[in-house]
Amino acid sequence: MPSAQAESTQLQSVALGDRALELAPRVALRPEQFGALAYHYGTRRLVFLKDRQLVCVVEALASHPSLDATFDACAVDVRRRPAFERAIAGLIESEMIRERADD
Amino acid sequence: MQEQETLENESCEGDEQAELVEELLIEEISIDGMCGVY
Amino acid sequence: MSALTTELKRGLDAPICLTWELTYACNLACIHCLSSSGRRDPRELTTDEAKVLVDELRRMQVFYVNIGGGEPTIRRDFFEIVDYCVDGGVGVKFSTNGAFIDAAMARRLASTDYLDVQISLDGIDAATNDAVRGDGSYAVARRAMDHLADAGFGPFKISLVVTRQNVDQLDGFKQLADSYGAQLRVTRLRPSGRGADTWHELHPTNEQQRQIYRWLLAHGEDVLTGDSFFHLNALGEPLPGLNLCGAGRVVCLIDPIGDVYACPFVIHDEFLAGNVREAGGFGRIWRESELFLSLREPEAAGACASCGSYDACQGGCMAAKFFTGLPLDGPDPECVGGDGELALVGVSPGSAPRPAADHSKPVRPSPVTFVRR
Repeated sequence: MPSAQAESTQLQSVALGDRALELAPRVALRPEQFGALAYHYGTRRLVFLKDRQLVCVVEALASHPSLDATFDACAVDVRRRPAFERAIAGLIESEMIRERADD
Repeated sequence: MQEQETLENESCEGDEQAELVEELLIEEISIDGMCGVY
Repeated sequence: MSALTTELKRGLDAPICLTWELTYACNLACIHCLSSSGRRDPRELTTDEAKVLVDELRRMQVFYVNIGGGEPTIRRDFFEIVDYCVDGGVGVKFSTNGAFIDAAMARRLASTDYLDVQISLDGIDAATNDAVRGDGSYAVARRAMDHLADAGFGPFKISLVVTRQNVDQLDGFKQLADSYGAQLRVTRLRPSGRGADTWHELHPTNEQQRQIYRWLLAHGEDVLTGDSFFHLNALGEPLPGLNLCGAGRVVCLIDPIGDVYACPFVIHDEFLAGNVREAGGFGRIWRESELFLSLREPEAAGACASCGSYDACQGGCMAAKFFTGLPLDGPDPECVGGDGELALVGVSPGSAPRPAADHSKPVRPSPVTFVRR
């Protein structure tokens, strides 16, 4: 089964924080003590998420209109947001997260 | 006094900021690298 | 040591994946077989017991199972179990000698969601391969590969165990894999199962280990190794991969009768964590067994403490040490510094632990023919 196109990794005028995102359909997110493991059943790729608040953000993405709104909802300290954005960008690169079709 | 504190606080936050951006919160694993695993 | 490896060594809440040997029955009698397979054990898990296990793995969110044996496709319920896994969201990768993969089976495999296939091969020609795996086994494996290719299966894996006799064929193996669009898997020989008796003649020499290391450095990004060569990291730049032993921490083995071992290379009471038929099933064993909890304790360097390479090689493989009669807190028998070879001199003949059970067929097998169901 072909993996989702990583269109969202291309440079666009919309900032990452403003994008509506979601976990890719074939991804399983499994909580662990340290954070979570994300496994993509299509690509067989496995990513280790090292922060529990990051996991909360990833789980909440689909219920919020934008990444920034998700950060707000999960009470992510503004000083941590650049690191969280880098992580989200990395998860988009690994095809674990994608832009939502709606909105 | 107050001015001094503010300056100190700003530089601390600056260092923390650099540290926090540097921190990598995800890591991809190549799991096909485990014995007895195919 | 990265935060990742530190966490993995502490043990995960559930395995990422695990090896599940479905049966000890096998149509082959490879001279290095890690599970000494041949004859079915009458205590094998039933189809229903297998499904109960799959239900549990699903609840634990084990991402996929690595099905092997023996020859797993010998089980009449092979597809029933595979389909039950895949339908329940547990991926399946399986290892086979290819004897039962005819055109029809290849098409069925091609149409199954999340299923990866690995064909075992130990030589790029019949002479080299069949010396280890039996007369006709090379032809059978190649025919299975052809059927998979014809059925449009997509990339499958070719897996070899590196021996003294095939180490010069690594380039040939890569070419063979490339010709099928397949991925090559190169793994380390352990003195486990029937390998206990053949290890001394089959395992690569010191010079050949260096050859393997150089080859993996050059090709490591394209080739899988099962992370089985991290003992070679003492030679220099670390090889690609996690470079840690995941036994009891990230992965484990469930054998055909439901016994749970730290890994497929240590099928022995010393590394038996429990049986899935016990109350609490697999989950309790993974989370609470004495063996697995002890494997999750920080390792002691022991006799290797004064060696500068310990951080790189981590003392090597516990299966390799155990079945050659070496202490677990000392050098690997193939330690690149030669310390293992030295230690082996002190092991009295016949004193090394013997594999748990021998499922080998008593009679020398007749030449392998292609089997049609």
